[in-house]
Amino acid sequence: MTDLLDIACRVAGWARDGEQIEAFVVHERDTEVRAYEGEVESLTSAESQGIGVRVVSDGKQGYAYAGTLDPDALEETLREARDNAGFAETDEFNGVALPDDVATPDLDLYREALVSCPTDDKVALAIELERATRATDPRIAGIESAEYIDTIYESAVATSTGIASVTKETGCYLATYALAEENGETQTGFGFSIGREPSDLDPLVAARDAAERATRLLGSTKPATERLTVVLDPWVTAQLLGIVGHTLTGDAVLKGRSLFADRMGEEVATGAITLVDDATNPAAFTASMVDGEGLAIRSTPLISDGVLSGFLHNSYSGRRSGTASTGSAARGGFKSAPGVGAHALAIRPGDRNPSDLIAEIDDGFLVQGVAGLHSGVNPVSGDFSTGAEGLRIRNGELAEPIREVTIASTLQRLLHDVVAIGNDTEWLPMNAAGVTLVVADVTMSGA
Amino acid sequence: MLDHELINRTLSTALDTGGDFAEVFAEDKRSSSAVFDDGRVEELTSGRDRGAGIRVVVGETTGFAHTADLSETGLANAARAAAAAARGGGGGTRSVNVSAIDVDRGPGARIPPEEVAKATKVGLLTLANEAARGEGAAISQVSARYGDSRRQILVANSDGLLAEDDQIRTLFSVSCVATGDTGLQTGRESTGRTVGFELFDETDVEEMGRRAANRALTKLGARPAPSGAMPVVVGPGGGGVLFHEACGHGLEADLVAKSASVFAGRVGETVASPMVTLIDDGTMAGEWGHFAIDDEGRPAAHNVLIQDGVLTDYMWDHLRARKEGRPSSGNGRRQSYQHLPMVRMTNTYISNGSDEPADIIASTESGVYVAQLGGGQVNTATGDFVFGMTEAYLIEDGEITEPIREGNLIGNGPEVLTRIDALGNDFAMGSPGMCGKDGQGVPVGDGTPTLRVTSLTVGGTAA
Repeated sequence: MTDLLDIACRVAGWARDGEQIEAFVVHERDTEVRAYEGEVESLTSAESQGIGVRVVSDGKQGYAYAGTLDPDALEETLREARDNAGFAETDEFNGVALPDDVATPDLDLYREALVSCPTDDKVALAIELERATRATDPRIAGIESAEYIDTIYESAVATSTGIASVTKETGCYLATYALAEENGETQTGFGFSIGREPSDLDPLVAARDAAERATRLLGSTKPATERLTVVLDPWVTAQLLGIVGHTLTGDAVLKGRSLFADRMGEEVATGAITLVDDATNPAAFTASMVDGEGLAIRSTPLISDGVLSGFLHNSYSGRRSGTASTGSAARGGFKSAPGVGAHALAIRPGDRNPSDLIAEIDDGFLVQGVAGLHSGVNPVSGDFSTGAEGLRIRNGELAEPIREVTIASTLQRLLHDVVAIGNDTEWLPMNAAGVTLVVADVTMSGA
Repeated sequence: MLDHELINRTLSTALDTGGDFAEVFAEDKRSSSAVFDDGRVEELTSGRDRGAGIRVVVGETTGFAHTADLSETGLANAARAAAAAARGGGGGTRSVNVSAIDVDRGPGARIPPEEVAKATKVGLLTLANEAARGEGAAISQVSARYGDSRRQILVANSDGLLAEDDQIRTLFSVSCVATGDTGLQTGRESTGRTVGFELFDETDVEEMGRRAANRALTKLGARPAPSGAMPVVVGPGGGGVLFHEACGHGLEADLVAKSASVFAGRVGETVASPMVTLIDDGTMAGEWGHFAIDDEGRPAAHNVLIQDGVLTDYMWDHLRARKEGRPSSGNGRRQSYQHLPMVRMTNTYISNGSDEPADIIASTESGVYVAQLGGGQVNTATGDFVFGMTEAYLIEDGEITEPIREGNLIGNGPEVLTRIDALGNDFAMGSPGMCGKDGQGVPVGDGTPTLRVTSLTVGGTAA
């Protein structure tokens, strides 16, 4: 295969006078194995590649892509991006990234062990995951899915302004979704294990988590509506942080879509909260060396001891805000221009374990799963309402399971109402780490 | 898209190691979009994605591979990779001879998007922005988006099937932010149809801008939503999302086969109020979830899932149907040639009842009226589902009164279906949706008349 950076540099080199070009080239190999009843249900072995070209000319931006790296397609894509730019309107801040003096961190994100791993070993992992999930508890009556997934990802960004950067990463995970049954009732639970190479993965941990999550909801009922203290488990917290991260992007701030827009330097959360976006942490599943525009990944403090201390920027939002990129350009593949987004958010953990925190709660709700964050949370207004299930907390102990309720507040209030943070930081297959959060005075809607 | 002889050779290669079934799915998709935001035309994007996915089934195992290289070599390599993935043991030669089936493609798009000047597309965005901003100084931000796609597909399989389709979709949406003493609020309006640029003969983008703006403005004065279980009336069109989540997913045969659905084993039973007749219909020309053939080459069909409250059938794809010795229902869909097909909805709707919408509201003493729904999510194994309300009001003493803030509603599918006690005569299709399942998104439509659920839990913060 031709070197990706060569291709990107060749396209960027076609820039005319007064024109900027950014070429993003990606090549990916994925394997996905699904196991069911001891057999392979499906095995997908996929190889894909593509290019996305951004052209900025007279302050106008155009973008085009192609799902191939054929030489003809490169020229055609550039031609189309140029044509598209002609129909946009001028914005003096438009432009591709300029090289800065931040050094790219040297992270160990690419493992030959995954690249050379035989398919048979991946199949064995998936089958073992399914077997282990069924074997964990006699009440596990079925499996909705048990799968092994990996990616070998390479990309390159080159610009006519002198950026030439490459990314090579491997990642893999096991995910299992168990069905527990008792007295004609079914409950579900998921478990996973993440890593950069297959030897990082532990099917037994994923199986145990899935089975525990499913079985402990058996017998759950719908409680009455009340206000109470909720404990968000790490999985739930990570999803919440993803939404908070969105409100702290320069794009949302500049365009009047952030509830934190005018609040820099103010207390936006309880003093215990320090939130950082740091994809230089190799423990993060989404750790990375460069951002979507080819700049070095760096650590950006967003909330420091409860005070709003930073926003995330790509080169456009940084320039327009009178500051600089924080290396937070985010891409959703090669089919669109880079936006702004968090790469690896984490709240500074507390010093107590979750069971000690629960022991102090007389009347509470341990939320182990949420549903409908995309439909019930508005990151612009801050309205927050989500479906939830988990366990009741009574007199400091986990009690009966509950389901079919919502928990509701606003993002603004949630951040102030956090009364304790666990010491159980856990990296998950998303752009945020989980940690146990105890939040006071949340409305639980039920019967 | 591909020569018949080339397809025959590729399928034979795919079966070289003893597969029971092989399929070639080729796709050539061109998309373009234009975004207006923050007072200007921000960006135009266009692109093309072309390739083929090859599937080989051996016993219970499916092997899948895809390639962007549609040459003889590229296809043969993908066929061999899929066969290897299916781990076929046998061998031997099997020749395949495909022949094209007649497909009723309907009238098709009258104005293909590639025949429309980019400047014309961009012009719509500016109109929508101006109209939205004209609704009041409190409108602080407007974004508008135009999108079109042309997806040409070819499906051929070792049963000799060969079918092609040309799917053109056009989409337009406007989103507004209003700023007031209470903070920021948002309003959105979208339309999408399986048609070309003629969408705008019937769609007034300025009116869309005004509606989105007024939604945001109305919410500036909204009270916190109530919390707890209460009667909920859903306006025409919007309720489709409710059924999509409450039972649509649970009627997908792949989930049923794994007992991951509360509706497994219930065909022939009463599962809903006798008012409810639920239909999934890929043949509805022009609707967002319409196509001539599904992504397995099966013609779209009109499938009755629930008739007068009785569960009549599930939705099927090729694999699940083959196992049961029955035909597919034309619900095998995939996001792209890079994905395996699975059972998916198309246009899912509840047909008209006989109640006057005004009477439904007047006979509701207190509760919530949901005028516009956001997305939703369901756990098919338990039946618990949520959906968002993006425009909603209190009902007090039989009248729609004050607007309430956004939130989710939660219910249990089998329970909610039996709690529908009023169904209007004002059927409408809802907004275009992208339905996500196992990481794949496909366009789906839905529709309902006004309806009432006697008890649903509203997830607000007010007592």
